[in-house]
Amino acid sequence: MDEVRPLLELTGATVRFGADAALSRVDFRLFPGEVHSLMGENGAGKSTLIKAITGALRLDEGTLTLAGDRVEFADPHAAQRAGISTVYQEVELLPNMTVAENICLGREPRRGGVISTRLMNARAAALLADLGLEVDPASLLGGHSVAVQQLVAIARAISADLRVLVLDEPTSSLDLDEVAELFRIIRELKSRGVAILFVSHFLDQVYEICDRVTVLRDGALVGEYLTHELLRIDLVQKMLGRGVAEVRARGRAVDDAPAGEAVLRARGVSSARGIQDADLDLGEGEVLGVAGLLGSGRTSLARALTGVTRLESGVIRIEDADVHLDSPRRAMSLGVVYSSEDRRRDGIVAELSVLDNITLALQSEQGMLRQIPAARRRDLAASWVEALDIRPPDLDRPAGTLSGGNQQKVLLARLLALSPRVLVLDEPTRGIDVGAKVEIQNLVAELAENGMSVVFISAELEEVLRVGDRVAVVRDGRITDTVAAADLTADSLLALVAQPGEDEG
Amino acid sequence: MTAIYKHRLFWPLVSLLTLIVINFIARPQFLKITVRDGELYGPLISILRESAPLMLVALGMTIVIATRGIDLSVGAIMAVSGAVALTIIDGASDPSNMGTVTIAIVVAILVSLVLGVWNGFLVSVVGIQPIIATLVLMLAGRGVALLITGGFITTVNSDPFSFIASGYVIGLPFAFLIGVVAIVVLSIVERRTALGVLTEAVGINPEASRLAGVRSRGIIWGAYIMSGTLAGVAGLIYASNIKAADANAAGVFIELYAILAVVLGGTSLNGGKFSIAGTVIGVLIIQTLDSTILFLGVKSAQSPVFFAVVVVVVVIVQSARLRDGLAAMSGRLRARRESAQDRDKVEVA
Repeated sequence: MDEVRPLLELTGATVRFGADAALSRVDFRLFPGEVHSLMGENGAGKSTLIKAITGALRLDEGTLTLAGDRVEFADPHAAQRAGISTVYQEVELLPNMTVAENICLGREPRRGGVISTRLMNARAAALLADLGLEVDPASLLGGHSVAVQQLVAIARAISADLRVLVLDEPTSSLDLDEVAELFRIIRELKSRGVAILFVSHFLDQVYEICDRVTVLRDGALVGEYLTHELLRIDLVQKMLGRGVAEVRARGRAVDDAPAGEAVLRARGVSSARGIQDADLDLGEGEVLGVAGLLGSGRTSLARALTGVTRLESGVIRIEDADVHLDSPRRAMSLGVVYSSEDRRRDGIVAELSVLDNITLALQSEQGMLRQIPAARRRDLAASWVEALDIRPPDLDRPAGTLSGGNQQKVLLARLLALSPRVLVLDEPTRGIDVGAKVEIQNLVAELAENGMSVVFISAELEEVLRVGDRVAVVRDGRITDTVAAADLTADSLLALVAQPGEDEG
Repeated sequence: MTAIYKHRLFWPLVSLLTLIVINFIARPQFLKITVRDGELYGPLISILRESAPLMLVALGMTIVIATRGIDLSVGAIMAVSGAVALTIIDGASDPSNMGTVTIAIVVAILVSLVLGVWNGFLVSVVGIQPIIATLVLMLAGRGVALLITGGFITTVNSDPFSFIASGYVIGLPFAFLIGVVAIVVLSIVERRTALGVLTEAVGINPEASRLAGVRSRGIIWGAYIMSGTLAGVAGLIYASNIKAADANAAGVFIELYAILAVVLGGTSLNGGKFSIAGTVIGVLIIQTLDSTILFLGVKSAQSPVFFAVVVVVVVIVQSARLRDGLAAMSGRLRARRESAQDRDKVEVA
């Protein structure tokens, strides 16, 4: 097998966004006729790597070779011409055009300079038949199910010279039968010698279809493995990154009920996306760690508790009063605040200053017409910058220019300025340097000692164990276990997170 | 020194001053201001007076654009506002009665405000894209105005009403003073309250703002109400100037000029950071350019082309990317020359 030369090879790939490296010195190879999975948590660098391969991003360092030749794609079109096609998670087709028009978009067959619908339908029909799909090429794309649209997108990506097909979470909106259909097509392409990069966070699917796995973590390569040689639990461990037998720094032993009175109680909480029938109690001054894989429902849980997404069913009580959290604003007024996992997308307001970012929530709570006096705003922001050691300590700098760790601190300062009772932190330490990570962990411990209740979500199991008094394990949209952190080791937690059937392992 | 050079209003100001200098060279009397009966006259004063409607509309547009929106309906709202006011004055027994004119003005502004409420409702509550939501009124508004005037151009002779556009207060045109009041009030409302910074937050990152508890719906809604109301006042000035309500001509294309003024003033169409001072400069650039075209005697058929050429030049001058590109290019050229010289030296050696 290894005698075969890789079709596509990435060597020493580095991509930087400002000061942060999204990908650092990663090697990656893809063989013809294999299905290769790229695994990793949020921020591991999966999408950056895909973009580097498909020409959407330039490499700052490193080389990309295709069939032995060094290549550099200026844009996705150049990559497509070289035989590298991508199908994204969200279908990027035009629902108001026919299936055939979508398939032939941009390369319509012409007769005498005029687009020939007849030729187009014939060509699309041939392509679809090739894939074993029974779809009328003249029908409107929007009339078909998402699954069929996804398959049409693949049909579109397939052309005579297709060499590499990148599927970025193609199954996230498909049901089981549809996934089977997709897999049949993947196998068909594989038998034709196409190299397929399959990204999915469903472990079952990875094990079913993939020959080889490359694991990334924090923008760096963890390793490349043959799927059948890699135990599922080992894969999860590699994704989450866990040193062997680390000593826990903090372990206040409590049993599986919260110490003291519950500040926040959730019963049967379900939201439209991701979390079902979740029960949760959060005691005063307690840190509840939440462990779960990407896509397990850990973020949906956090968002359901903080009014970011509406509940489909279930009740949330704060200090024994039923509350209706229909917006983040409402939750904030009740002292429940949420820090998003994606700082850039929905955390920081990048072009506003550190000062404005820190005072944003407090100001909007005060009402837009009663401006906090400038001097007080400045004092307040300066005190938070000092307390959290935000660097550089420049209040007027646009927050977007800070490093990840400092942006996270600005976000924390914004929420802490509200003096909340319940702080829900969704991966607050993702993608930030080790020093800032420890500072944030210590801060959480300090806040809890002062009576604040914290929900702390992290992909790193040690961190969850170190910070949390108890740990709730989220899997497949449900809270499957809630265990005192003292009763867990990193290994036993890993077993709970990885798979239901492997309790013993 | 470099601080001045980097200030966001530096290039807009340079553009405006350049236009004024060109005018001054072409006709030295351009800067001449005469005093007659304690009232100021002259080309510059005319520019200030005539800029009032565009100023009001562009100020509202600035806030709307800061929220990532756009308001295409301002011209139509101007037409409606003028039609409402003139119909009321025309229907009154004494068009010059101060009370009648006051009622007409108040009703016209209230109607404009309601139209702004409608736009804001479509955008912030129903969630229609701003360009489509305001297109509705842009197309329908003039029809409404025609309906109000019964399909005619209503003309009136009312001194109090004419005063809005042609009157003088403390030696300055009243219309100009309305613009100044709008600038001052808007600056105070945006910068002395938290509205400005919250508007920018919503424009830069709506989702982050929502998670931070910002009432983005109210802020966006308010921006359209503000825009509609200011357009209503602009419509009154326009109608007062021609002493008529011309539903087909009032505020035609003004939405586009207002957008241009906002952009010339350095506010990005992507929303977020906005500059009221920048918009004021942008409006003055457009108005000065307009007057230049008139003065230079460009044939009216060709004036849009001339206008467009100058605008393109101004936009290019203000483009940071182009300046950086030119700087980089000249740097490369210099480096190449120097390395060539180095080679020559080596060869000589």
